[in-house]
Amino acid sequence: MRLGFFLKEAIRSMRRSAAPSFAALATVLVTMLVLGVFIPIVQATNGAANSVAGRVMVDVYMKTGATAADDARVRGELLRVPHVKGVEFVPKQQAYQAQASQYPQAYALLGSNPLPDTFHVIPDKPSNVLLVHSALTPPGASGGVLDPSIQSVSNKQSDTKKILEVTNLVTITAAVLTVLLVLASMLLIANTIRLSLYARRREVEVMKLVGATDWFIRWPFVIEGMIVGSVGALLAICVLGATKIALLDPLASNWTLIAAPRTIGFVVLVIVLLGSGALVSAVGSGLSLRRFLKV
Amino acid sequence: MASIESTSRTLRRRQGAAAAVPAAREARPVAAPAPGRSVIEFRGVSKRYSGGDVGLDDVTFAIERGEFVFLVGATGSGKSTVMRLLIKELEPTAGTIRVAGHDLGEIKRKRIAYYRRNVGVVFQDFKLLPSRTVYDNVAYALQVTGGTRREIRDKVPDILRLTGLSTKLHNYPDQLSGGEQQRVSIARAFVNHPPLLLADEPTGNLDPETSVDIMRLLYRINRTGTTVLIASHDQTMVDKMRRRVLELAHGRIVRDEATGLYTRDETTREFARRMRAPSARPPGLG
Ligand SMILES: Nc1ncnc2c1ncn2[C@@H]1O[C@H](COP(=O)(O)OP(=O)(O)OP(=O)(O)O)[C@@H](O)[C@H]1O
Ligand SMILES: [Mg+2]
Repeated sequence: MRLGFFLKEAIRSMRRSAAPSFAALATVLVTMLVLGVFIPIVQATNGAANSVAGRVMVDVYMKTGATAADDARVRGELLRVPHVKGVEFVPKQQAYQAQASQYPQAYALLGSNPLPDTFHVIPDKPSNVLLVHSALTPPGASGGVLDPSIQSVSNKQSDTKKILEVTNLVTITAAVLTVLLVLASMLLIANTIRLSLYARRREVEVMKLVGATDWFIRWPFVIEGMIVGSVGALLAICVLGATKIALLDPLASNWTLIAAPRTIGFVVLVIVLLGSGALVSAVGSGLSLRRFLKV
Repeated sequence: MASIESTSRTLRRRQGAAAAVPAAREARPVAAPAPGRSVIEFRGVSKRYSGGDVGLDDVTFAIERGEFVFLVGATGSGKSTVMRLLIKELEPTAGTIRVAGHDLGEIKRKRIAYYRRNVGVVFQDFKLLPSRTVYDNVAYALQVTGGTRREIRDKVPDILRLTGLSTKLHNYPDQLSGGEQQRVSIARAFVNHPPLLLADEPTGNLDPETSVDIMRLLYRINRTGTTVLIASHDQTMVDKMRRRVLELAHGRIVRDEATGLYTRDETTREFARRMRAPSARPPGLG
């Protein structure tokens, strides 16, 4: 009953003041387009950074004479080290085959297998890789390694440090940019709505003077905001969808960033854009109206 | 405005007690002020605008239930200020205002809307909603009170016929003359049948003939028990009406002729005849 009335009021006011409604709609459309392009880029960048950081690990090389029993013992010891998520064992034959297929000429020159058995030790978090490394190389005891059958522990401290720094920087920058962009979008939308409401402040005043309650006046504006917001977001989604199909999908096969596994799903993106467009516009309308209701 | 008689009969029928009285033979006592039953009471009310302009200066008066009162005074004397204080569009700088016994200063913000529904206001500047047709402007006053669609269909055409707007139902305010807009404002103020009616220059933009019709309409409304307060410049009109007159000058009450001028109750028809008579003739002769 009331909802029907409020809906009709919202549609009436959009029809009668088409220009401000259109301005609000265009604003939502543009900001949603920018967000819709930016969010996947941030996601892809983060995904790339994370997968680089995920490859940070410590290699443990066994002595050439190490037996299967030694390997099993060391594996157990490694798993007991704090912050170790997992251990990956690469037997020397396997390492040899992998390397040989990659550099056939070089390995053809070598008669025998020079590679040791190797453990890839993966930390629970990339940032803990240095802790793991120092735990594996306790000073003093048996030549600075955990177990006598360990030949050496890879020492890529400066490399890993750099990788971690760069990936952290990328992640933080992306997060800050996202927050700024979302804030800017909200301000832009809210401001456009404020302007269109300002043009109608006299009307709101009159409504109050003839005995309308605040919410009686506010609901049509909120509904109008919701409609404008979702239509704008919907249009943005259509444009994004068309762009994705026409441009990105053909490119994805030879541009890894676009094909990055962690990119936000398109459906999720649609829901996020639609929801935020409608919500921001509706709340923006409701809040901006407050000033004019003080009659 | 030929239909004024029939429509206002409908209007009276809705007012219950008055329904039994035939239109042509009204003899019900009107405006018999019962002491202590003030509808409007100003006590020491002052209003100073932020710029330092004096709107009202220590004004005290009371209007009883069922009275028909004119508020006169030169431009800037504070007539509209009184009206705006009465609907809590403004707050007084000093003094208290009571309406039907309620201190307006004590009405909570949330309750103001409900209070305003009991006061019909014809604004000096009409205050119509520009994005609504004549019909919808009037309907809005019913919609805010939660009026049903049926109620709106019943009441709105009635009041629009009464105010002579039947042919302009679907016009927007910017497609109306000043006088027509004024009538829409009147129709909107009446449609709820509020117990108190404030009209700020309701005939300011109308020709003399139509002004008489509007005054007659206001008188009719008044006879159904509604208290009516009219701000007006129109001295001849006010003199002819022979009702209580409050005069403001520079924000102060300088005249309050509550009695004496009108002694007998008239029917609206007699009233209209008298109003149309040339002002040169002795009052009451028409
Ligand atoms: N919003 C305002 N701000 C400042 N001063 C105001 C304001 N409204 C009215 N005034 C001043 O208050 C005084 C009374 O104004 P008011 O509108 O009550 O006069 P009025 O009797 O209705 O005049 P009119 O017959 O021209 O309508 C005037 O001097 C006016 O300038
Ligand atoms: Mg005035």
